Amino acid sequence: MSKLHREYLHRRAALNSRRHFLRNCTLGLGGIALGSLLGCEDTTTPNGSAVLHPSSLPLPRARRVIYLHMAGAPSQLETFEYKPDLQQLHGQDCPPSLLDGKRFAFIQGTPKMLGPQASFRQYGESRAWVSDLLPHFSKVVDEVAFLRAVHTEEFNHAPAQLLMHTGSPRLGRPSMGSWVTYGLGSENKDLPGFIVLSSGGREPSAGKKLWSSGFLPSIEQGVHCRTEGDPILYLGNPEGIGRDLRGRSIEAINQLNRRQYAEVGDPETLTRIKQYEMAFKMQVSVPEVMDISKEPAYIHELYGTEPGRSSFANNCLLARRLAEADVRFIQLYDWGWDMHGTSSEGSLGVGLRDKCREIDRPMSALLLDLKQRGLLQDTLVVWGGEFGRTPMQENRGGTTNPFLGRDHHGEAFTMWMAGGGVRGGASYGVTDAIGYAGVAERTHVHDVQATILHQLGLDHERLTYAFQGRDFRLTDVAGEVVRAIVA
Amino acid sequence: MMRLVPVALLCSLLVSCADDTPRVSFNNDVRPILNANCVGCHGGVRQAGKLGLIFRENAMGAIVPGKPGASELIHRVRHTDPELRMPYEGVPLSEEEIVTLERWIAQGAEWEEHWAYRAPQVTTPTSPVPEGGNRIDAYVAAAFPSGMSFSPAAPPATLLRRLAFDLTGLPPTPGEVDAWLADPSEEAYAAAVDRYLASPRYGEHRAAGWLDLARYADSRGYERDRPRTIWPYRDWVISAFNEDLPFDRFTVEQLAGDLLPEPTRDQLIATAFHRNTPSNGEGGTDNEEYRVVSILDRVNTTWEVWQGTTMACVQCHSHPYDPIEHAAYYRSYAFFNNTADHDHVWERPTVSIPSAELQRKTDSLKSWVTAYGSAQEAQQWHRFADTREPVIRPYHFADVVGGVFTDRADEDFLVLRNGNSFALPARDLEQTVALHLRGSVHAPATVEVRLDGPDGALLASRVLDGGWDQVTVLPLPEVSGMHRLYLRVEGDGSDKLVSVYSVFPQARLPGAEREGYDRLTAYIVELSRSQDSVAVPVMSENPPELARTTHVFDRGNWLVHGEEVTGGVPAILPPIDTLGDRLTFARWLVSDENPLTARVTVNRIWGELFGRGIVTTPEDFGSQGALPTHPELLDWLAVHFRDELDWSVKDLIRTIVLSRTYRQSSVADARALERDPYNRHLVRGPRARLTAEQLRDQMLAVSGLLSDKMYGPGVMPPQPEGLWDHIPYSDLLWETSEGEDRYRRAVYTYLRRSVLYPGMTTFDGSAREVCLTQRTETNTPLQALATLNDPAFVEGMRKLAGEVLDKTADPTEAIDVLHRRLLFRPVREDERAVLLELHEDALTATDGDREQALFMVVNVLFNLDEFLTKS
Repeated sequence: MSKLHREYLHRRAALNSRRHFLRNCTLGLGGIALGSLLGCEDTTTPNGSAVLHPSSLPLPRARRVIYLHMAGAPSQLETFEYKPDLQQLHGQDCPPSLLDGKRFAFIQGTPKMLGPQASFRQYGESRAWVSDLLPHFSKVVDEVAFLRAVHTEEFNHAPAQLLMHTGSPRLGRPSMGSWVTYGLGSENKDLPGFIVLSSGGREPSAGKKLWSSGFLPSIEQGVHCRTEGDPILYLGNPEGIGRDLRGRSIEAINQLNRRQYAEVGDPETLTRIKQYEMAFKMQVSVPEVMDISKEPAYIHELYGTEPGRSSFANNCLLARRLAEADVRFIQLYDWGWDMHGTSSEGSLGVGLRDKCREIDRPMSALLLDLKQRGLLQDTLVVWGGEFGRTPMQENRGGTTNPFLGRDHHGEAFTMWMAGGGVRGGASYGVTDAIGYAGVAERTHVHDVQATILHQLGLDHERLTYAFQGRDFRLTDVAGEVVRAIVA
Repeated sequence: MMRLVPVALLCSLLVSCADDTPRVSFNNDVRPILNANCVGCHGGVRQAGKLGLIFRENAMGAIVPGKPGASELIHRVRHTDPELRMPYEGVPLSEEEIVTLERWIAQGAEWEEHWAYRAPQVTTPTSPVPEGGNRIDAYVAAAFPSGMSFSPAAPPATLLRRLAFDLTGLPPTPGEVDAWLADPSEEAYAAAVDRYLASPRYGEHRAAGWLDLARYADSRGYERDRPRTIWPYRDWVISAFNEDLPFDRFTVEQLAGDLLPEPTRDQLIATAFHRNTPSNGEGGTDNEEYRVVSILDRVNTTWEVWQGTTMACVQCHSHPYDPIEHAAYYRSYAFFNNTADHDHVWERPTVSIPSAELQRKTDSLKSWVTAYGSAQEAQQWHRFADTREPVIRPYHFADVVGGVFTDRADEDFLVLRNGNSFALPARDLEQTVALHLRGSVHAPATVEVRLDGPDGALLASRVLDGGWDQVTVLPLPEVSGMHRLYLRVEGDGSDKLVSVYSVFPQARLPGAEREGYDRLTAYIVELSRSQDSVAVPVMSENPPELARTTHVFDRGNWLVHGEEVTGGVPAILPPIDTLGDRLTFARWLVSDENPLTARVTVNRIWGELFGRGIVTTPEDFGSQGALPTHPELLDWLAVHFRDELDWSVKDLIRTIVLSRTYRQSSVADARALERDPYNRHLVRGPRARLTAEQLRDQMLAVSGLLSDKMYGPGVMPPQPEGLWDHIPYSDLLWETSEGEDRYRRAVYTYLRRSVLYPGMTTFDGSAREVCLTQRTETNTPLQALATLNDPAFVEGMRKLAGEVLDKTADPTEAIDVLHRRLLFRPVREDERAVLLELHEDALTATDGDREQALFMVVNVLFNLDEFLTKS
């Protein structure tokens, strides 16, 4: 039995009693599993569900996740979905069958069909189609499994992002990273288990709610590492206080707290002592892992990184460093993919090309770099947006937009996964001739989530948490593992 | 039928005669086994193998009453083949559990109604009231297992600190502690309780808890997360607690204050309780969809807060664990579905806090109609005066020619261009004297009112006033009978001329023969046009002609309508007038017959004081929730609160904190901890980390920074730079407050849903998106970093260190003073030694900087478990 699997079994036994467990047995951000191994489980739960049979658990293939979310939703028709027939229809009125009974964010009346604004070729042994906007990525397609017919009910950014990352389009649910660290804990004792990095000048529409722990204990919330100031709030000591003195003061605090424990007997005090030790370690470990300036020149060349500047490329390199440090869930958001055609920088012709150029080299470099370090096999890399784009040119308020652009569209879009037990070169999902809707092998957002959890060795139907009187899970009441892309 | 009864009786008699073992209780013994092991698959929704164990009739296939041996259920739980044994893929039942099930079946397999749906019953405690205690202690003592008894009282200073935090959210002042230590008598304790209950700080503290339930925030949520002006509701809650508004009125005013006869402005502001639902202003979002989301949330929240019932389960299907049917959800929904709010960017309907001038005119109008109008007319005009409602919104317009109504985000208007027109629903023109057209005017335009058609007789015509959110008043000539009025706009070019929000048909003001009529009529126009800086979103019920119908949503999907329903409540609860409205529902909640409201409320307050409720699942009193640890105590408290204390929350809290149970020491030795790790038996006092609000408030209080200024818009104390940057489409700025506003209590901190004040999130504060009954307490290194290094905390520590240093240069004396001031007890020898040694090291490390050295001592004291914890 792998270490991860064993750890998982122990943790699962303690899931029902998490509230007690967190109060009395946490030894640090990563110490939950450890507490479990030490026999801290609560055996007196009144409403505990049955313990699982080990045979029913999926075997973990990935130890961690790097999730690259392109906030704003990239067009599948200019990146990975090759639809020559759409070119034939370019400029014609959209037929009513594509409009009747459908809900769009901005399209009104009858829009025109819009042909692909990029050229495509096939690459690699898998003969995957990739557009000319992603030349670097075309060289790594054999590492990647494509999901070509992903769909969602949501057609606005914030709700669709919430659905993608929390399983519900409404506010209030825990995010995927929180569920994962809740289920598996963290393997690094000096760093948070769920770290978020953002680029593109703005945060995604649903903002910090995308890494919220919702009703899970707040220890599971994603830590947004900032690129300016302290990467984590309050990491720096007050003015004039050096590291040695901080160490002495924490010693004094813990000394007095141990005395308090001897007197009052509250196990919570012991936990507090451990947390102060952990905080002291984090003051060094976090700035260290966030500093990319000491990476060699060839690595900077590979990613296209410039230390000191906030960018998607820098975040990709940081993601690799965090993966090396065994951070469990590394979430990247890149803002600026919402190409409606209302302006030049918001158009397919200019804006999308720029955004593709920004991500092409670093995300390809990330896969190569993880692979050359032997990390790709147990790191699941996920790429996608919150929905796709219409094959129609957007006509906001009934008038064709001034630049080429597409409206939000949830019926079919492309995502990909790589590493972490995913079958490189696979392709799952078929869309119709214009990329409007999936016609076979469709994948719902909840299926994507079920698959990610599955790769980590978590059963999405059994990873539950009781709140407001009922059990909640990431995939709500749905979700099926996409076995076709699993190696 | 008649003939069957004696047979059944005979059967049960035979069973009970044949079986002299004690009777098995379904609620106490059987249901917990079924719930823990079976209902996941054999419940109210999922009935695997057609077996459900929620309703008796669904269980009778597998259970043969009186015959355990013939019951498939017993057969299967005893099976040796794991493929056939139940629970499937689960841990087998223990022999003891199986025997319980067998005896229950042998005794007739009777079902019992769940305890929480039966009316609370007062029973006499079997133990006497102990010395220095009250009736609470008698119930607690009666439930002690043998060998357990009350812990000694907490040390006086500890007890006063506990009491002060529980009642006011703040530590006691040094003066209060000194006085109490000089006279720690019963009378002095009771006087301290009274003093804290009378303090304005009491309401601020209680509000902090209630606002989690109300999901109060100063912004709207989702992408743009625009600001929301709803702080007058927060202030209403604070003063309602301070004035000890009885909980039944507190309930009715928040849920249906707008439906009370001639409601006061405060009663309208109270209804903002349910306008705290998040709203989605992202471009392209469907406003009807988010209106529905809000109503669903109001239903779920109301049932959670007042009934401890997980109604959200029933949105999509019948309740999996409790006997509540799918349609019952939508019967509750019907009570809430008829408010005028619509996820609109203008947040209407709102109640204004007007200028003195406007207030005078509002009051004149109100007293006029009260004096000269019918009761119904008065009610309508009051509503107009307070909220400018009711209005006709574009979804009620008919015969729209050329206009575009998108019902999307901030485009929720009827956009009209040159020549476009629309019709209002037919109405009696006899009683209509003018139309008030509200909207934003983009280019010069004229609006015409025509009779019975877009080209009908011209009744009125006006040039529209340009600008955002303008009202144009169109006086109508006298016309009799029912007619449809058409509004048509004319202007130049093909661009947008006007975005129409609503039309208000102005009725004839009563009292035409009275002196001053014209002046009052002019006020109406003035009020309609007024722009107020403070406009609070509130509830406002649609009039009958604009009422919404409610349908069951098939599988919870709002786009798929099932049968139409009217108001109602689940059959397990006392009946309600199904023709009633929101007010009927609110009054039903606090009626004497309702078995849940008083229990749920006293349990929640008990939980806030003791760290855990008598029912440890305060949000769920259903069959999946925990059973009460002290059912007799819970029922007595509930009935006492309702019938004898007349719903006074202050009196309830006084009763609890005067008990001996509350005043116990919280010290637990290893043996006590082993016997009762969760303090289920209440053998010791409460101990818990301070809440996010209390931590900040304590820091401000002990360092002398705390401002006691009350009320008003949310304040922005210093927070790290840049936290509000990078939010898409938002120009809202965190503008650090000046002067005493930097040091206000945490309840006044501006709460933006997308980016909470860091101290709130780090210390488990609610994100205020959904109702939260109980915060989950965590203990993390991020918390350590915050209390060690947060500049706001550091400021307080430095101030305190500086003050003490001004008084004494002797580190020993300084440590003694600080320790007493922060922890209310003299420092012990060994503790002093630790702190002195640190002081020494700090002096060395900072080249003799005495300020820094003493600051380090304060920094340590502020991070002690004892300081961060209520003990």
